[in-house]
Amino acid sequence: MGRKILLVTTDQQRYDTLGCNGGTLARTPVVDALAAAGIRYERAVPQSVVCMPSRATILTGQHPTTHGVWMNGVPLPVDAPSVAGQLHDAGYRTALIGKAHFEPYFDPFMRFAENALAATGTTPPNGTHRGFEHLEFATHGAMGLLHYARWLRTEHPEAVGMFYATVDADLQVNAAGGGDTGAAQVKVNPVPRDWYHTDWVADRTIAWLDSVAADDDWFCWMSFPDPHHPWDPPESEMGRVDWHDVPLPAGYPESAAEREAILDRKPRHWRLWYDGTLVSNYEAPAAWVPATMTADQVREVNARNAVECELIDEALGRVLAAIAARGWDDDLDVVFTTDHGELQGDFGLMFKGPYHVDGLMRLPLIWRPAPRVGATPSVVTTPVGLVDLAPTFCAIAGIAAGDWMQGQELPVDDVGGPERVLTEWDSELFGVAVHLRTITRDGWVCTAYRPGTVHDGTEGELYDLAGDPLQRENRWDDPAQRSRRDDLLSDLWDSQPPVHEPKLELQAPV
Amino acid sequence: MSPARASVRRHARIACSPDDLWALIGDPARIQEWWPGIVASTVDGTSRVITTGAGIPIPEEILTNDPLQRRFQYRITGPMVREHLSTIDVLDLGDGTSLVVYSADADPSTMALVIAGAAGNALEHLRTMMEGPH
Repeated sequence: MGRKILLVTTDQQRYDTLGCNGGTLARTPVVDALAAAGIRYERAVPQSVVCMPSRATILTGQHPTTHGVWMNGVPLPVDAPSVAGQLHDAGYRTALIGKAHFEPYFDPFMRFAENALAATGTTPPNGTHRGFEHLEFATHGAMGLLHYARWLRTEHPEAVGMFYATVDADLQVNAAGGGDTGAAQVKVNPVPRDWYHTDWVADRTIAWLDSVAADDDWFCWMSFPDPHHPWDPPESEMGRVDWHDVPLPAGYPESAAEREAILDRKPRHWRLWYDGTLVSNYEAPAAWVPATMTADQVREVNARNAVECELIDEALGRVLAAIAARGWDDDLDVVFTTDHGELQGDFGLMFKGPYHVDGLMRLPLIWRPAPRVGATPSVVTTPVGLVDLAPTFCAIAGIAAGDWMQGQELPVDDVGGPERVLTEWDSELFGVAVHLRTITRDGWVCTAYRPGTVHDGTEGELYDLAGDPLQRENRWDDPAQRSRRDDLLSDLWDSQPPVHEPKLELQAPV
Repeated sequence: MSPARASVRRHARIACSPDDLWALIGDPARIQEWWPGIVASTVDGTSRVITTGAGIPIPEEILTNDPLQRRFQYRITGPMVREHLSTIDVLDLGDGTSLVVYSADADPSTMALVIAGAAGNALEHLRTMMEGPH
């Protein structure tokens, strides 16, 4: 028997939402215990700060430039390389339960395999889909074509209207406010907890594990849709965190003048979005103006987010207990991470977009190796990427990493590890184009802008991660940092991964 | 603010005669043969109702079906759009190939991308139909 692999991903979760990373709002004892027994990464960096490209990186072990999913709405080709496929070929049982999002959700024609599969069952017609033999999908609510929405409509139709409507009548990300403060994408949700998608994902994971033979090796990707907006956790759980008591995050300057001064030191699109004059991407409500956000709205969103993080932690605890009951715990590797972060009030902003700063770029990442291998618990400060997960899974399984993979096995200490981590952003939506390339190395993060709608290609951002942990001082034009900037840029351009040909087409908004 | 309406265009260059392409595109009852995700269509005069793979019936009005220009235009008249116009042009490039251009104008803007995104996939399918797999 080999080692079992449980990959746990959340969606849009900040580094500082876990207790083991210094978070104080959400209680996350299950993940904290995994971190104490394993390896906690202090600078895990995504290769994209939106879902579809980032999730495609986790699956393929490639950068977005190479796998071709350059923005949300671009489907990953069905025959793209897959670490799940490699593990399946090596004899692993494979499942993906929860949010996949390798293909668009907006699909009235039902052209995409994930949406079509949800209409027919949980087993792909050809045996596997992207290397998974069992798939059960969920996303952020009750609408859509996926398994969770179908289950809810069938079993609990009265609950469908309880959730926040993620899109509005214009099919844009909804800007409607709710809760006590009127914050965008917030709603009081009376849904019973055990009907909520977090518990559904855990329930379905346990059910699949129950179907696996005791001596099978398995790779299960359990993918929670939370704490991504909308922030509509079961209201029965909201007593855990009183938003009135939530401190404002360190990244949120309470003074509008201070916020605006900080934003004005960054490339133009930061302030343009804040003022509501430029919407560059689909991932935040187009009709919402960040400058109108109040401090209390930031508090309420953070409270609701914390409750969602607690529910995930408890759901994970149930799954780990079920695994232990099967006698697998000593053989179990657990990797806990997310696809990207959330601004969550930083700079007076919310949601995500072309903003390569810690709110979106610093991710929770925990690897608890199988106890039987006797790994020494550690904290790794060297930057690593989600691109490193696929080769790590191969190493756990004792098989060679696919030659298409561009990352390397995660380091277990600060010796070794990747020299640099790359992140990219491309978006072209209704005439607005933004293109960023970023390198994280040597305690600095450097972002170069390619020409776009509001950039001429000379702009950039340079931050000292230790000296300026909130990334408020853009050193791009600082003469004292010119040689450092040029060195990072040279490395950035020399390290760009191969480009997917032909360029894949945008097929839906998300 | 995001625009209320948008125009999104997709195109494909296909190695076959424009007449062969027009035989498919110009026949409104054959759309399900070349557009993945459309499973049925019924045509009554200038009215057409397509049924999508998700089981959604979408009523349409055919505005132009011009075999001389090889131009087909239609408007979705039912749910999901406040306003819509799609135009398909088949252009003879004179070298044994044809250019098929699909343009979708829609309000709300998101639907222009949804429709043209599906059309782009349909044009690739059409290319495979006419040329065989590459």
